[in-house]
Parts: sequence; C-alpha cells; structure tokens
Amino acid sequence: MPPVFGVLFDGLAYGMLLFLLSVGLSVTLGMMNFVNLAHCSFAMLGGYVAVTLTNSFGWPFFATLPVAFLAAAATSVLLERAFFRRFYNASDLEQCLLTIGIVFISIAAAAYIYGTVEQPLVLPAYLRASFNVAGLNFSAYRLFLIAVALAITIGLTLGIEATRFGAQVRAAVANQRMARGLGIDVDTLFAVTFALGSGLAGLGGALAIALVGLDPSFAFTYLIYVLIVVSVGGLGSIAGSFAAAMLLGVSDVAGKYYVPALGAFLIYLVMIVLLMWRPTGLFGRR
Amino acid sequence: MTREALAGPGHYLRAQIRWRWSEIAFWLATLLPFVLAPSYLILASQVAITALFALSLDLILGYAGIVSLGHAAYFGVGAYTAGLISTRGWGEPLAGLLAAGLAAGIFGYLTSFIVARFRHLALIMITLGIGLVLQEAANSASWLTGGFDGLQGIHTWPIFGRFQFDLYGYTAYGYSLAVLFIIFLIARRLIHSPFGLALRGIRENGVRMPAIGAPTYVHIRTVYTIAATIAGIAGALLAETTETVSLEALGFQRSADVLVMLILGGTGRLYGGLVGAAVYMVARDQFSGLNPQYWYFWIGLLLVAVVMLMPNGILGGLALLARRARAGS
Repeated sequence: MPPVFGVLFDGLAYGMLLFLLSVGLSVTLGMMNFVNLAHCSFAMLGGYVAVTLTNSFGWPFFATLPVAFLAAAATSVLLERAFFRRFYNASDLEQCLLTIGIVFISIAAAAYIYGTVEQPLVLPAYLRASFNVAGLNFSAYRLFLIAVALAITIGLTLGIEATRFGAQVRAAVANQRMARGLGIDVDTLFAVTFALGSGLAGLGGALAIALVGLDPSFAFTYLIYVLIVVSVGGLGSIAGSFAAAMLLGVSDVAGKYYVPALGAFLIYLVMIVLLMWRPTGLFGRR
Repeated sequence: MTREALAGPGHYLRAQIRWRWSEIAFWLATLLPFVLAPSYLILASQVAITALFALSLDLILGYAGIVSLGHAAYFGVGAYTAGLISTRGWGEPLAGLLAAGLAAGIFGYLTSFIVARFRHLALIMITLGIGLVLQEAANSASWLTGGFDGLQGIHTWPIFGRFQFDLYGYTAYGYSLAVLFIIFLIARRLIHSPFGLALRGIRENGVRMPAIGAPTYVHIRTVYTIAATIAGIAGALLAETTETVSLEALGFQRSADVLVMLILGGTGRLYGGLVGAAVYMVARDQFSGLNPQYWYFWIGLLLVAVVMLMPNGILGGLALLARRARAGS
C-alpha cells in the first residue's frame, strides 16, 4: 500500500477512536460548563469491562461492546448523582480537583484489580484479517472501527438535529439559563446527556484496546488528547469534535510515520496555532 | 476592614501588609523539621522547593486568574539551566539560581505575549501545549539534555564555599527554606502593592479593568514573567539539591501536580501553595510508605474529601471555621 493512503487510513481510524472518546465531554462541557477530567476514567472502565468479559467469561467481542457502553453510562450516572451534581455552581478549579481525585482513585482501583501490565485482548479471526482492494491493504478491525464511529456520528447528528430531545440539548448548550426559563428540565437533560457521553467514552475505551492497548495510565494519557479534541473542535459542537478528531488522528499518525524524531511535537504545535487563530475552537461560538 | 477601606487605598494596603501572629508561627514551624524530624530533611527540602513552585503558580492563578497546565515548562527550563551550567564546570549554587531565574524569566517573557491574549479553555490548552512542546523538544535534543536518561554529572559546590551539601539534607533544607522565605517576602510585598491590587482586579473582572485605564495586558505579561522566573529558581533548587535533572522536571505530571497542590491548599492566599505542597507531599510520602503501589487511591480520596468538606481549599476551610468560631463566641 502506498504510504500516503495507508497513513490516511490509519489516521482516520485513530481519529474515529478519538472522536468516540471525546464527543461526550464536548457536549457536557458546552452545556453545564462542568469540567469533567474523569471522562477518560469512564473510557477505561469500558475497556476493562470488555477485557474481563472476553478473557474471563469467554464472551464474543461484539457482545461486550454494548455492556461496556452500559457499564460506563451507569457508573457515570451514579457519580453524577452522588458527587458531580453538587459542583455545577462551584468554580472550575474545584471541579478539576474533584474529578482529578476520581481519576487517581480509578487508576489505583484498576491497578489493584488488574495490575499495571497491558491487558491482552484476542480479537475474533474475522476482525484480525485484512483485505486487499485494488492493491490497497485494509485492516478489517480499522474498517470496523471507522464503520462503527461513522454510524454513531450519523445517529448522534440525527438525534441532535431532528428530535425533540436534541432540540432541548441544543437549547441548553446555547443558553442554559434561557432554556431553564422556557421550562426545559436542564438537570435531567444533563444527566441523560452525561450518561450518553460517558457511555460513548466506555464504548471508545473498549474499541481502543486492540488499537492502542489498555493499562491503568489510560485515564491520564488520553485525557490530554481528549482535551485537545474538545478545545480545538469547540465546546458543544459534534461536527467540531469530529473535524478536530480527524485532524488530530491523521496528523498524529502522519507525524509519527514521516518524522518519528519529532514525536508528538507536531500535534501540539498544530493545536497551539489553531487555538491562537480561533480561541473558541473550529466550530465554537462562544 | 470596611473602615480601613474607607480611609483610602494606601491605608488599606498598609493594613494588609502587617504581619500576623499566625504568619510568624507558620515560619517558625518551618524550622521544626531540623529538631523534630532530622531523618525527613530530604523530604522537607523537596516540600520547600515544591512550595516555591506552587507559590509562583499562585501569583498567576490565584491573583491574576491565569489557569496554567504547563507551568512545569519554566520549572524545567530553570532546572536544566542550573544543571547544564554545573555539568559545564561551574557548580556555584547562587550563580546557578540567578542564571536559572534569568533563563526561565526570558522564556516566560517571550511566551507571555501569547498567554496574555487568551482566557478560559483556550488559555489552559495553550499553556498545556507550550509545556508539551517543550517536553518533546527536550526529549529530542538529547545531545543537550541527556534525553530520556536525564542530565548526568551535576556537581553542586558548597554554598558560600562553606556549607557542603550533606547526605541527611541539613544544607539542602536550610538552603531551600532560605530561598523560599526570601522569595516569599518579595511575593508578599508584590501582592500588597498597587500592582497586586490591579492583578486582583483583572481576576475579578477582566473587561472592566481596561475601562478604568489599567493596562491589563502589560500587567498580565509582567506577573507571568515574574512567576516564570520564580518557577525557574525552584527548578534550579531541585537540580542543585538532588544533582540530577530528568525530563520529569518539565512534564505534564508536574504541571498537574502543582495545580492540584495549589487548589488543595487554597488559591489567592499566598500561603495556599505552601500548605498545599506540604500536605500533598507528606501525604504522598506516608501513603506510598504504607502501600507502595496504590497510594494514588488515598491521594484521590484526600482530594475528593477536601473538595467536599472544604470549599476554597484547606486554608479556605480553616478561614471559614475561624469566622464561625468568632461569630459563635
């Protein structure tokens, strides 16, 4: 396969993964201004659920994905009701401290239960295969990843643009106080959105294992990438998150392939330049 | 206090700068490790260095409202500057501090032009980006920084040619504490000056300050440069007392840790960073002694508990308790 297409394909697959991991945070940050640094802990939870079900209980990989989604969503709702809800009016800094504390706890819990080694995950044979189309080599798993993420993007966009629930979410992101004034139950809306976003992160975490591996530091390592996607894309914008995730995914893979000496240098520089050009992100309004 | 405020700004500032008994007691207490816990002096010197670093972050975060996730960049520039001078054969500690402060200050001044223009999430991400870019650069430039292995061969000369750095950390703690105290005095003077008042104005309302004629950008650039200089001096202290510098000195982890410590202690209180650094580092030392692998869990629990029970950090919580006790009596 010519490297350009290969790099582009791998980059897109990686970008799709970043999109799944970050879209939830973007919407909840845009709506409630709640700085949830523990977002990647939910992704990690999803990953560990998938690993446990596949390796210890012999579930097929596909069946674990909905469970990863549900586990992350349910845990996030519990935490939201127990802790986060009290901090919506607190300062950003206190929200940071609370959620960083939860990240620490989740990392220690994961290390306690699973150890610090990377978790092995054996994919089913048909996902390990690769196709040859017109001289180009496609890995089945990356194709699968892109298909899943595209389906979710289309579903999310339709849900946000065409349903009553989506209209309420858009209203709350655009102006939370006005939405309340119109009688929209923003708190419930937020809880549902939060669960959905965390669930998607959990799904992303489960899908990430085969691509980037899974160990307890996941909750910290990917936090940086997710924050970059959210800030470059613009708060509360699904299209923005998608564009930023693709840009980041492709430039990361391209950077590591063509100029490995520079490492991740390129992404950070791209981020700084983009944010200096548009401080509210590519698709941000505020 | 309202009466003092009515008597004019000069009077208000003079009342603020008066030394309180609690402050004197605090600084006397910093001498206790020499007598009570001589075996913990190495840890105590680390705490003093981190407290200085947290103090520098408090100047920009607590007073000017600039949230930075890349403050370790300046710490790292200072640490590498002091380390490089020493490996090139000039291990005089005070000269190392000055050079490190200068280098970090220049880097801070250059980056302040970018930082001063942004607020909110963009600001956090740009500071994070600056820190990460520098970390990648230091990693690539292994001919200069030693790369992943760190800088080898640092040798620090005795202070004033007399006080040798010993194994137990007597000199290291005394030296770090003295530097911390002197810079604290400078920072305290700065905060209680009209310039410090202007900074608080920017934190509270960044739009209204230019309207009353305050040069907001200049103020932010100035305080950012000062904070970067102090962070660089803290980095140099670490390099000189431990005689090693690794990439960890300017990593994301250090930036995040110092932010957590400052919020834990309480922002905008001058002592917040000092208390936060002491509590966090002593807790980490104890927990990791108790349970080397899972100390993260207890630190996390500590953070959640402080946030739930003490809004505005430990010092904020203590101030609240003191006010309640006074109202009750």
